[in-house]
Amino acid sequence: MKMEKSTIAFNAIGYVFLSILSILCLVPFLVIITGSLSSETDIIASGFQLIPKHFSLDAYRAMFTNPAQIYQAYKVSILVTVAGTAVGLFLTSMAGYVLSRKEFKYRNGLAFYIYFTTLFSGGLIPWYILIVNYLDMKDTYTSLVVPGLLSAWNIILMKNFMKSIPDSIVESAKIDGAGDFRIYFRLILPLSTPGLATIGLFMALGYWNDWFTANLFITTDSKVPLQFLLYKILASASVLKTSIAGNLSPNFQPPTETLKMAAAVVVTGPIILLYPFLQRYFVKGLTIGAVKG
Amino acid sequence: MIGFFREVARNRVLFLMIAPALLFFALFSYIPMVGVYYAFTNYSFDGGLFGSPFVGFDNFKFLVSSGELVTLTRNTILYNIVFILLSNFLQLVCAIFLAELPGRWFKKTSQSVMFLPFFISFVLVGAFVLNLFSSQNGLVPSLMAQLGLPHYDFYMHTAPWKYIIVFFHVWKGLGYGTVIYLAAIMGFSEEYYEAAKIDGANIFQRVRSITIPMLVPTFILLILLSLGGILKGQFDLFYQIVGQNGSLFNSTDIIDTYVYRSLAVNFDIGMGTAAGLYQSLFGMLLVLCVNYIIRKTREDYALF
Repeated sequence: MKMEKSTIAFNAIGYVFLSILSILCLVPFLVIITGSLSSETDIIASGFQLIPKHFSLDAYRAMFTNPAQIYQAYKVSILVTVAGTAVGLFLTSMAGYVLSRKEFKYRNGLAFYIYFTTLFSGGLIPWYILIVNYLDMKDTYTSLVVPGLLSAWNIILMKNFMKSIPDSIVESAKIDGAGDFRIYFRLILPLSTPGLATIGLFMALGYWNDWFTANLFITTDSKVPLQFLLYKILASASVLKTSIAGNLSPNFQPPTETLKMAAAVVVTGPIILLYPFLQRYFVKGLTIGAVKG
Repeated sequence: MIGFFREVARNRVLFLMIAPALLFFALFSYIPMVGVYYAFTNYSFDGGLFGSPFVGFDNFKFLVSSGELVTLTRNTILYNIVFILLSNFLQLVCAIFLAELPGRWFKKTSQSVMFLPFFISFVLVGAFVLNLFSSQNGLVPSLMAQLGLPHYDFYMHTAPWKYIIVFFHVWKGLGYGTVIYLAAIMGFSEEYYEAAKIDGANIFQRVRSITIPMLVPTFILLILLSLGGILKGQFDLFYQIVGQNGSLFNSTDIIDTYVYRSLAVNFDIGMGTAAGLYQSLFGMLLVLCVNYIIRKTREDYALF
């Protein structure tokens, strides 16, 4: 079939429009990568360029003379993300399950008790003072994990997801004498895998990308998670302790600006590698929940 | 009361299962609500919550009379309105093109690329801004220098930062919103399109008279839902882009950054809590209004 003129015009506009937006989405990533591969001398002389004048791996070399800091931050981030997501998902799904049970008399009242926290809050400062002065959590791993464990939205999402599981499954399990926890753990959880995967990924992404909590609570270097380390490096490259004094060439500049860019690449790399997998699950999860959570 | 205990006894396990969540919100949401009392005190670290001098509404009066509250509210609301309208518009257009264009590979690739920014942390956005706009060696100033344009220091002007902030907000949410609109379009029945084709409607006419009218309810719903959060600022975005550059605050300070500075920089606990309480109260009123409107028009989408 011959294509209509209007279709050709429509397609052309569409391709150009989407291509421009796609390029705009990629450019910031590209400038970070080319920036990290530039030589420090060029940056100081003429600033960052789209394509580096001289290709150089000095920034990466400098960073990996002493990689302990980066490894430690990776360790903290992985630990916090895994612990937070596992515990958070367990508690969220239990709460969602209880609220989805029709015979549970107080489910509406308790759902409102949880929902109300999204409507009104005491704000950042009372929350901060509670955690630091009364719960004594300053500079602990606990402060990175516990305050972010649950969100009312996730519990509501979970509840709605579990509501779509037919009641007859719970009913027949009850007749067979199964207890509430057993029904949840052996029947409802396996049936909720898509919901669990979506909410779990959201939680994991939240923990992994979190820098704010560490910014508020963490003071010891060894407890700094990845994103907060990057934040500190961007503010001052000397945060990253490198040992590159042994270089003899006369016009050698120790990398600072390029080092910041290299740190950004090293910190973000794994997310980009996991991206195809992450994206697939996100798109699937989003289209299940569609507009309404 | 007896009925309550009987209920607890009967559904012991269910109560135990939800107990951690109830405790969590009691501890991290309800107890801090008591702390809004700080807003009515001249907080001192020795005095603590109830030992600091009570000053009534002085903190609020100061926020109003210094003009701070007006600036913060104006900035927060204006940014959010631009964010909401521009984001939703671009997401909608992207979704329409993704739904109609041929070429699987192109669509898959561009959708993946546009979704990528959603997954990165705001700290990386800070790295982009450093690379692109830093006074000494930013990419944009050095490109301008190479083109022979006069030297321009972004950190000496407030004007460009509005656009930079809006750009990165739209940039980060584009892919996410596009997926939601695309899912809505995919739910439309093919029959309408087939019928329109038989009637000789071209693709522009089909989009204008089928896709767009059918997307309007989703569009309005998403806008309404976002309007409920119009007083909530995106702290990460503003803080990572503007940071502590005080000279830019007049056009980039929002309630959330002000509250943060009260806590971490100025140690003005009373004033910060007051601004936070103001945000929380009016935010709640807004959500209630929005919910009322949705309830009147499309009941099944009401929040509660």
